[in-house]
Amino acid sequence: MSERNLAFVRGEMLPAREPPSGQTGLLKLLRESFFKDWLSALLTVTSLIVLIWIARSVSPWLIDSVWNANSLSECRQILGGAEGACFAVIRDRWTQLLFGFYPPTQYWRPVLAFVLMLIALAPILFPPVPRRLLWFSAAFPGLAYCLIWGGTLWLPFSAYAVFAVGAIVLGLATRLGSGVAIVLALASALAWWIFVSGSVTTVLTQLLPLALAPVTSREMGGFLLSIVIGVTGISLSLPLGIVLALGRRSKMPLVKTISVMFIEFIRGVPLITLLFTASLLLNYFLPPGTNFDLILRVIIMVTLFATAYMAEVIRGGLAALPRGQYEAAEALGLDYWKAQRLVIMPQALKISIPGIVNSFIGLFKDTTLVVFIGLLDPIALSNSIRATTAWQGIYWELFIFIGGLFFLFCFSMSRYSMHLERRLKTDQH
Amino acid sequence: MELNLETEIDRSRMRVSDQVAIRIEDMNKWYGNYHALRDINLTVRRGERIVIAGPSGSGKSTMIRCINRLEEHQAGKVVVDGIELSSDLKNIDKVRSEVGMVFQHFNLFPHLTILENCTLAPIWVREIPRKEAIETAMHFLEKVKIPEQARKYPGQLSGGQQQRVAIARSLCMKPKIMLFDEPTSALDPEMIKEVLDTMIELAEEGMTMLCVTHEMGFAQAVANRVIFMDQGQIVEENNPQDFFHNPQSERTRLFLSQILRH
Ligand SMILES: Nc1ncnc2c1ncn2[C@@H]1O[C@H](COP(=O)(O)OP(=O)(O)OP(=O)(O)O)[C@@H](O)[C@H]1O
Ligand SMILES: [Mg+2]
Repeated sequence: MSERNLAFVRGEMLPAREPPSGQTGLLKLLRESFFKDWLSALLTVTSLIVLIWIARSVSPWLIDSVWNANSLSECRQILGGAEGACFAVIRDRWTQLLFGFYPPTQYWRPVLAFVLMLIALAPILFPPVPRRLLWFSAAFPGLAYCLIWGGTLWLPFSAYAVFAVGAIVLGLATRLGSGVAIVLALASALAWWIFVSGSVTTVLTQLLPLALAPVTSREMGGFLLSIVIGVTGISLSLPLGIVLALGRRSKMPLVKTISVMFIEFIRGVPLITLLFTASLLLNYFLPPGTNFDLILRVIIMVTLFATAYMAEVIRGGLAALPRGQYEAAEALGLDYWKAQRLVIMPQALKISIPGIVNSFIGLFKDTTLVVFIGLLDPIALSNSIRATTAWQGIYWELFIFIGGLFFLFCFSMSRYSMHLERRLKTDQH
Repeated sequence: MELNLETEIDRSRMRVSDQVAIRIEDMNKWYGNYHALRDINLTVRRGERIVIAGPSGSGKSTMIRCINRLEEHQAGKVVVDGIELSSDLKNIDKVRSEVGMVFQHFNLFPHLTILENCTLAPIWVREIPRKEAIETAMHFLEKVKIPEQARKYPGQLSGGQQQRVAIARSLCMKPKIMLFDEPTSALDPEMIKEVLDTMIELAEEGMTMLCVTHEMGFAQAVANRVIFMDQGQIVEENNPQDFFHNPQSERTRLFLSQILRH
């Protein structure tokens, strides 16, 4: 039968053709994403209706908003009974929402600090920026402290001296092994701080009195406060969290127990109790007469709190790494710290990016909790603005402004993390 | 299971010296209560190429991992390159930098390029200048025949290429001894050959090698001793000729009949 002769040889190759219309472009997108079947069509239509309804009810309020007025009653007069937002309050009080009661003549200082912060962050966040700028990043915390709090410039200088002493000892002692060197460095830095620092600062201040007008913590507020607490907490909680996560996985029982106890204790307590501890209790423990700045105390508590969470996030990343990575690093002769720094941490941190950024965002928003211990964060300021006779009864406009700014910061963190994840992706062709 | 070799093996440099590279004396190892290695005695001389075979779970991996202290032995003595392995971390790091290891699953560092994988340990452990380390790395990548992949990441390479990079990465430390733990058992047949070719080349250069593998063709071609393990013990130690054609122990005969039947 001829059925057995099935051999087929193509004589000419078929040319490529255009895909049928409706398979590409807008039409396809519409059909696939919005009108795939009856249910999706129904959902599309319903959500459209809801969106239009929201837009219709909110837009007059936004469009008719008043930007020029000195009080809420004046706003209402201008509006003449129509619906409309009174954003004049933002225009009137935005400096307060940003800086709290910081002396207006000194506003340039936090603004400069903020700009310098962006410069300091650049080499850390974006590798094309020259590495040499990292020196500026390292110097920035001291600089920012000077600018924001004022006072003698020698105080941050002596703080850096503590680190320098630690680093020098670390460098000299590395030959004795990493562990010993770290302990020695910590001990010498601590000794320098306790016994030498104070007198050096005094001497230097007398020799060369460089200083800015001091501003007390009570005067600070608004986003200045949120950013100071948030950024410090964020940048300290990551390295501390790494140390703590390593501590929790350590084979040394003492280190492990201390890390576990710290994490479990801090995580098990609401942040607000830690903040109350900072504002009330710490005073009992400190020697009388020491004036330990309230913001500093809050920063310490917020950092401890964030560190505990960070440690757990990073521990998750560490646990996700296959054992083979540790073994390969060990088999090449890398010691514990080098293996951690060069092989384990880069991968563990990469895995943990979403969790880390999640914690960062949570931490930044949690800074508003300081309102409960009498610090003037943006929410507290909105209350105090509302308490004035001119702006009594104004809510939405302030909250929209505050919420919008918080959103801006959190959203940029989130976008950056997505960018970072894409940049670090190495398993694609 | 014959290995098809393109070229005859050049035995001119495969010389076994009198110097002892590894000495294992009465080594015992327990995992909890499980006695994983029992009274292991083994002396490896410089330039020897030893193949270790045995059924799954017989302790082959455990034994070679004791040589660079990825596993800790509880009794007996392990001396590598004149250094006795004890809990002294300094000695362990020293031994590890002289002993290269190649794993079944490659274990390349996925966040580093091939070149960075190869230069990491030379730069940070041997403290060789970066430029020199890169030159060495390129030399060994050429040797395993993938210099053009140097800028890629491990995730972008085939299994066989990854394993050859892993070998090059170990070689960049200029080790005196190489340990292989089933380097080809995660690979497709075609890739097995390219990895074995690399290993044969290494053997021809006189490298001291301990190799856990079931590639009997490879064992016959390059090994000068085959060790057969079962239940944590060395059951038979023989030259490849006798091991395959005239095995002494019943257990070996059974094992060979099983793997050669396929
Ligand atoms: N980390 C561990 N904890 C407990 N038992 C283990 C551990 N590693 C290995 N063992 C046990 O020790 C024995 C020897 O294991 P080993 O991995 O050395 O075998 P192997 O000969 O390499 O086997 P395979 O050919 O499957 O790789 C096995 O019975 C295994 O179950
Ligand atoms: Mg094994």
